[in-house]
Amino acid sequence: MAEFRLPSNSIVTKGKHFPAPDGATNTRNVIVYRYDPDSGKNPRTDTFEVDMDTCGPMVLDAIIKIKTEMDSTLTFRRSCREGICGSCAMNIDGSNTLACTMAIADIEGDITIYPLPHQAVIKDLVSDLTNFYAQYASVEPWLKSDSPAPPDRERLQSPEDREKIDGAYECILCACCSTSCPSYWWNSDRYLGPAALLASYRWIADSRDDATGERLDDLEDPFKLYRCHTIMNCAQVCPKGLNPAKAIAETKKMLVQRRM
Amino acid sequence: MSNLRTPLSQVKGHGSAKEGTGHFWVQRLTAIAMVPLVMWLCFSIASLPGMSQADIRTWLSSPFTAVMMIVLMLTGLYHAKLGLQVVIEDYVGDHGIRTIAIIAVTLLCAFLAVLGVFSVMRIAFSA
Repeated sequence: MAEFRLPSNSIVTKGKHFPAPDGATNTRNVIVYRYDPDSGKNPRTDTFEVDMDTCGPMVLDAIIKIKTEMDSTLTFRRSCREGICGSCAMNIDGSNTLACTMAIADIEGDITIYPLPHQAVIKDLVSDLTNFYAQYASVEPWLKSDSPAPPDRERLQSPEDREKIDGAYECILCACCSTSCPSYWWNSDRYLGPAALLASYRWIADSRDDATGERLDDLEDPFKLYRCHTIMNCAQVCPKGLNPAKAIAETKKMLVQRRM
Repeated sequence: MSNLRTPLSQVKGHGSAKEGTGHFWVQRLTAIAMVPLVMWLCFSIASLPGMSQADIRTWLSSPFTAVMMIVLMLTGLYHAKLGLQVVIEDYVGDHGIRTIAIIAVTLLCAFLAVLGVFSVMRIAFSA
């Protein structure tokens, strides 16, 4: 359901202020969304004055520095710190991205950090992606073929056919795209969202997969697929530079073409 | 107790409706058809102000004008029905209200279409 106002228990209040350490001259304000479900209190935004002279270049460096030196209760996900695991996806400076590949220098003014939009928050910057992962599983993202694999080698694919999955296989499932999509905000219980649809297209476009028809059948639904209105937020925010909207458009095109 | 269902079972829900492509395609088809139709309407209306009511009745009752008018209304209202349905599906979360709203829009558009066609035919055949 479209929600234009936050529920009263989600309204964000102003939180604590953590001043810079003595002697720090080059500081920047990092404003971080904080929420602890155990406290029973509304979420708040804490302001941290981070000493940039002793901080790494990326937003993730600043968050790790805050957790290490200023407030160890700050909770977030991170792992690879090089844009391949997708763990540190969050809303930075008003846009979903990976904290590890977002440079602090590219942000003007205060650095605001929120969890991914319109998802239930587990704690601070950690959002509940259970539904997102279930949607990924629901498109059965694995090779399906009734033809047995050759006994002595892998299934072959021509270089031209291999090129068709470029731009689709690189997805790291960080959820930046889906959680930036208004259609996904309003209807994520039924709309699969750009990430799952891109994952589905990755197999629809794969020449070695022969479940294309069944995959298209499963997507042909007013909600699963057709909630996409090419808003393009997905392509705008994707930290890997992918274009899920194009994959969705290709899927729609195939659905129209197979009727004619 | 629905929260005891697995996330995958909730996502799979009732499965695919195997529908939506027709809606998507016809919405675009009617949009394309509306381009020349609306241009024709605009040029026609621009030439109307100088005319008397009798002139306009004569204009409307010519076979070409009457047919174009009927096609325009049917295309436009069908497009409106399809478009409003999308808006309702996007923004109305409650399943009951959504169903009622879609039924209301469908019936209203059908009524307006019949009303429009009847009006044009009445003028066309009474001249």
